[in-house]
Amino acid sequence: MAFLEIKGLKKQFGNTKVLHGIDFSMEKGEVVAVIGSSGGGKTTFLRCLNFLEMANEGTISIEDGFYFDAGKVYSPAEIRDMRLKLGMVFQSFNLFPQYNALENVYIPLQLRSKEKIKASIPFGKARREAINAAQIENKAKAMDLLVDVGLSDKAENYPCQLSGGQQQRVAIARALAQEPSILCFDEPTSALDPELTGEVLRVIKELKDKGRTMLVVTHEMEFARNVADRVIFFADGVIEEQGTPEEVFGNPKSPKTAAFVK
Amino acid sequence: MDLGTITLKLLDGFGVTCLLFLLTLVLSLPLGLIISFGSMSKFKPLSLTVRTFVWIIRGTPLMLQLFVVFYVPGMLFDVRLFSGDNGRFLAALVAFVINYACYFSEIFRGGIQSIPRGQYEAAQVLGMTSKETFFNVILMQVVKRILAPISNEVITLVKDTSLARVIAVAEIFFINEMDFLSRGLVWPLFYIAVFFLIFVGALTLFFGWCEKKLSYYKV
Ligand SMILES: Nc1ncnc2c1ncn2[C@@H]1O[C@H](COP(=O)(O)OP(=O)(O)OP(=O)(O)O)[C@@H](O)[C@H]1O
Ligand SMILES: [Mg+2]
Repeated sequence: MAFLEIKGLKKQFGNTKVLHGIDFSMEKGEVVAVIGSSGGGKTTFLRCLNFLEMANEGTISIEDGFYFDAGKVYSPAEIRDMRLKLGMVFQSFNLFPQYNALENVYIPLQLRSKEKIKASIPFGKARREAINAAQIENKAKAMDLLVDVGLSDKAENYPCQLSGGQQQRVAIARALAQEPSILCFDEPTSALDPELTGEVLRVIKELKDKGRTMLVVTHEMEFARNVADRVIFFADGVIEEQGTPEEVFGNPKSPKTAAFVK
Repeated sequence: MDLGTITLKLLDGFGVTCLLFLLTLVLSLPLGLIISFGSMSKFKPLSLTVRTFVWIIRGTPLMLQLFVVFYVPGMLFDVRLFSGDNGRFLAALVAFVINYACYFSEIFRGGIQSIPRGQYEAAQVLGMTSKETFFNVILMQVVKRILAPISNEVITLVKDTSLARVIAVAEIFFINEMDFLSRGLVWPLFYIAVFFLIFVGALTLFFGWCEKKLSYYKV
């Protein structure tokens, strides 16, 4: 079985069918670029993976994580646990404006630590001390991640004081902090000025070199061609074609793909 | 009557005014938040009921509501819920709290609904529960957005307290009318204006300070 395995994923909004049964799998350490024309369902696909939308049919499983079956009912807590196995970086960054870069990265972590500590230590001084220790640890971890994305000097800056590219890099650090098995990106550079896309793509490239498993929806064909191990072409809610960048860009089999990559 | 006596008397009344103001604020802000959750509930019968209630309260004069709270329980159930000076004060407080909670609830609702979905989604994918999301992500952004409309309401409340005199609550205007105006002393009215100006001035400074405190981020 593959690291990530998706079978027969279907999603519709009212009467609009958006995903028509997606079968998809991915190996650990693989970087997959998802391309396709507007309205093809790429965003919906990622959102179903992150349980921001609930798929109507199909299964999603991650080897070291969970098995999700759209036919079953899950509690909010179960959904939350599954969600943490996947990271998500949004087109519009969605940083929390009232927190500085460091806080954006460590506060979500700290909340998870607190939850765990509260479950194991019911009350009192020991609990407070454990929470403080976790805070120091989480802050250090967050700082390391900011260093990784090249923003150690911006840790104290608020989102409104950062450029779009810097904000997106903070968002990447924030997603990485949860140690997701797979990191998803939905057009991470589409909201950026052209001169800022490079710095974000470079960070993603570095993550690939470190062996991260990533699923990247993108309109940057150069990036898909040069960085991705595999490219999948989405059209009208199905995976029309997939293969290595050479195959998809150099020798597309489907006429739709050929028209898109030309 | 000398200035000292008049000052002391008016200060007495102003004390009641301030107490009514403070208690109303402390009680109506949280109540307003609860009402705003009710009005945003996905459970239609609840949200419809709450919205209708808010519409009635916002659509009728506060003065009328004061009379209703004060007289109607007695008329309907033959109980004297609000008797004596304290009873009158309590009746006024109840009416003010309900009225202001409804106004605040609409401000909260507007503020909460103006926060982009992306903020909720980002919090969700980071594993936050809805409670964590509200208190750690949404609330401070709402506070910043609603500070100006809230400060307007609060300043209006300072002046609205004078309406309590219609059910004979011994706030500053009531005292003034009993003790001075009825004896032909008109100038204490201007003295009262000074009290209010100082109070509102202080509030204005306070809200300005809050705004500055929150200016480090943009929403
Ligand atoms: N919440 C929703 N309710 C109704 N329809 C939706 C919803 N979300 C997406 N859709 C529809 O689903 C289809 C696929 O949308 P999606 O955003 O997944 O496409 P996409 O491939 O990401 O496009 P783009 O390249 O423009 O981002 C569109 O026709 C869209 O209108
Ligand atoms: Mg999209």
